Amino acid sequence: MPHDRDAVITGIGLISCLGEGVDAHWSALNNFAPVTDDTSFPGFPLHPMAELALDKHISKREQRQMEPWQRFGTYAAGAALEAAGVKGNTDLLSQMHMIVAAGGGERDYAADAAILSGLPKAADPDAYLNEHLLSDLRPTLFLAQLSNLLAGNISLVHGVVGSSRTFMGEEASGADAVRIACARIGAGQGDLFLVGGSYNAQRPDVLLHYEMGRLLWKQPFAGVWDRQAAGGGMLLGSLGCFLVVESRAHAAARGATALARIASVASDRCRRGPGEATANARKQLAALDGTYDAASAAVISGASGAPAATAEEKEFLTDLGLPARAGASAFGHSLEPAFIANIALAAMAVSHGTLFPPLDSAEKPMNTPLRDALVTGWGHWRGEALAHVTTP
Amino acid sequence: MQDTDHLGRPVVVVTGTGIVTSLGQGKDANWAALTSGKSGIHRITRFPVAGMKTTMAGTIDFVDVPELSAPALSERLAELVIGEAIAESAIGAPGDFPGPLFLALPPVEMEWTQRLALAADSGANETVTYDDLLRAAGSGDHRRYYERFLFASVGENLAARFGTKGSPIATSTACASGGTAIQLGVEAIRRGETETALVVGTDASVNPESLIRFSLLSALSTRNDTPEKASRPFSKDRDGFIMSEGAGALVLESLAHARARGATIVGVVEGCGEAADGFHRTRSSPDGKPIIACMRNALEDAGLSPDQIGYINAHGTSTPENDRMEWTGVSAVFGERASSIPISSNKSMIGHTLTAAGAIEAIFTLLTLRHGLLPPTINYDTPDPAVPVDCVPNVARPAKVSHAISNSFGFGGQNVCVVIGAAG
Repeated sequence: MPHDRDAVITGIGLISCLGEGVDAHWSALNNFAPVTDDTSFPGFPLHPMAELALDKHISKREQRQMEPWQRFGTYAAGAALEAAGVKGNTDLLSQMHMIVAAGGGERDYAADAAILSGLPKAADPDAYLNEHLLSDLRPTLFLAQLSNLLAGNISLVHGVVGSSRTFMGEEASGADAVRIACARIGAGQGDLFLVGGSYNAQRPDVLLHYEMGRLLWKQPFAGVWDRQAAGGGMLLGSLGCFLVVESRAHAAARGATALARIASVASDRCRRGPGEATANARKQLAALDGTYDAASAAVISGASGAPAATAEEKEFLTDLGLPARAGASAFGHSLEPAFIANIALAAMAVSHGTLFPPLDSAEKPMNTPLRDALVTGWGHWRGEALAHVTTP
Repeated sequence: MQDTDHLGRPVVVVTGTGIVTSLGQGKDANWAALTSGKSGIHRITRFPVAGMKTTMAGTIDFVDVPELSAPALSERLAELVIGEAIAESAIGAPGDFPGPLFLALPPVEMEWTQRLALAADSGANETVTYDDLLRAAGSGDHRRYYERFLFASVGENLAARFGTKGSPIATSTACASGGTAIQLGVEAIRRGETETALVVGTDASVNPESLIRFSLLSALSTRNDTPEKASRPFSKDRDGFIMSEGAGALVLESLAHARARGATIVGVVEGCGEAADGFHRTRSSPDGKPIIACMRNALEDAGLSPDQIGYINAHGTSTPENDRMEWTGVSAVFGERASSIPISSNKSMIGHTLTAAGAIEAIFTLLTLRHGLLPPTINYDTPDPAVPVDCVPNVARPAKVSHAISNSFGFGGQNVCVVIGAAG
């Protein structure tokens, strides 16, 4: 039964290697060809961001204050606001609550390299570090790095000022951003939300981080599940995704069209002992009993490709038996916004009433109509989330 | 006291708190120092400060962690204050806290110690590039760096250790983060999702790069000769804030739940308000609108009028801009009472604990109400005629207060105010 306080999606801003917007993504998913960059970081393939006309959503002056991570996010936020018919509407924007899932921003790689090269040879290494940080760091770069400044930029550029919160913590931060927004809508703690995040994979420091964890896929492109036979690994992807989520009543009152409904979002954690993630997922799934028909349901999986979690999720999904698609096969794994982007894929699929074709030899075609999508969000390290996205 | 508030929502109370700052560990030590006007600010000894414009901070040097880094020390401080708060609250069982964790955490990033170690491991001689670091990253064992510098690791480790329920949320709204964490906990209890929540704000990120980053924004005091006198909120000669470390934890609980288990109630979180500012990345909107809206939202949420507020725990950073803007906001919200309502800044003594400030200062506000004693604003020697506040200058003052407001305003335009009420 439709309820006034249902959380519905009325706008999606999505940018990735597959292009910009839901139509471009839908078409790319239905004619899938992987887009990778194998040369910028030799030996470390990734999914690069598509060419963007940044001026459309961010003035040149503001672009100069940001690095790519913030540009991707601020751009995707602008696209979501536009799609929802909220962009530029000061009244609505001043009541809009924002929850951003964020990591940190880019560093000045040349300045780092110069210090790393010079410091070991310096007579006084500590003084050398201080001196070079003082002279080489651009004052404004700090503001391009702070986690909460993606949200800060969105307030500044788009005027979203009802409230602003930033969640951190890789995949789980995206899942919890959507969960908290939907819970607040359900409880009447807000009517209109902007939820999202962005990721820049084209950065040596993030590649470095996951290489230290020995988690990167360094071979020619293969889908998330297909990689497992060769040891598994993550192909990171640059991505920005924001959703405008609002109460059904609020959307109806302003004449906005709901693309899909987020019927539920659950998230939990465990130490990832044998079977613990599966136990969390089973609990989350059991809570959805009777809310969807398996015959018209599919899974959009957040599997990252990281070996242990992906192998365990694969087994869980095989048991579940629903057709599944791993978003990371299409646009790479994007940590913080990954779950949100997979919700966007789910919303697109249920609004089209069909699932897009398999992205990987392990995925089965689905030729019957689609009504419900279950979105998994198992973090590559921690965190297990499950959302249920359905027709409005 | 009724179990529900003016809007029929569960009343949220505090049943345990824990604090560590540069003044010491534990709320008793902190309260004694804070109300005797002691400063925790000192010359930095953790790392060489040669060439730096600011050479002082409120670092916590009395807590050891192996392989010091901001997340490692932040996590350790959080453990200390959570332990204190849970012990006072006597809730749950050891390792089994019966609610979720909301954590205000500074952004996490690999630091120079690790970067230099990777550079050394790469064997590169003349010049070191990120290509060399990438090569080194995959050889040898650097997995502990990877795990330590995941944004999720502090929250995950705390959740595992204290047995909090569900997915831990780590939040950053810059200097308002502690307030945001409290608000997330209050909202969860009001939604009826949980009867209790563990809220912690922690920040131990004083290292050369972070100090220099703030310094380059001209945000820090350079009164290096007298560190204990450098933080002087509301004084005409204030010249910036002092980076500091600390942590604060609160056990939030529905009143009904606390009462049913016979818990001692420390105070009430009566309301929270927030508002974002779209004016500038580091500066407040000159008309003070977001700050005003934030305080008004908090009062409305608490169901109180400005007249009912007896004390303001200021954001009071001691930067020329913040203290002036805070006055603009306070004078708009409190009208004629603005210059007579006591408004003091804990930061005059503990410095700016950044991510942790909102949590630490909410706890100090609870203690203020509980003890009937207003902590002073120290170093108030030169009043600023443009900011005519009663800042409780230099000496603590007895006062019975029923309702107080704690302000937090952050870079990036993120503002949170929390209204605290006395128990019973």
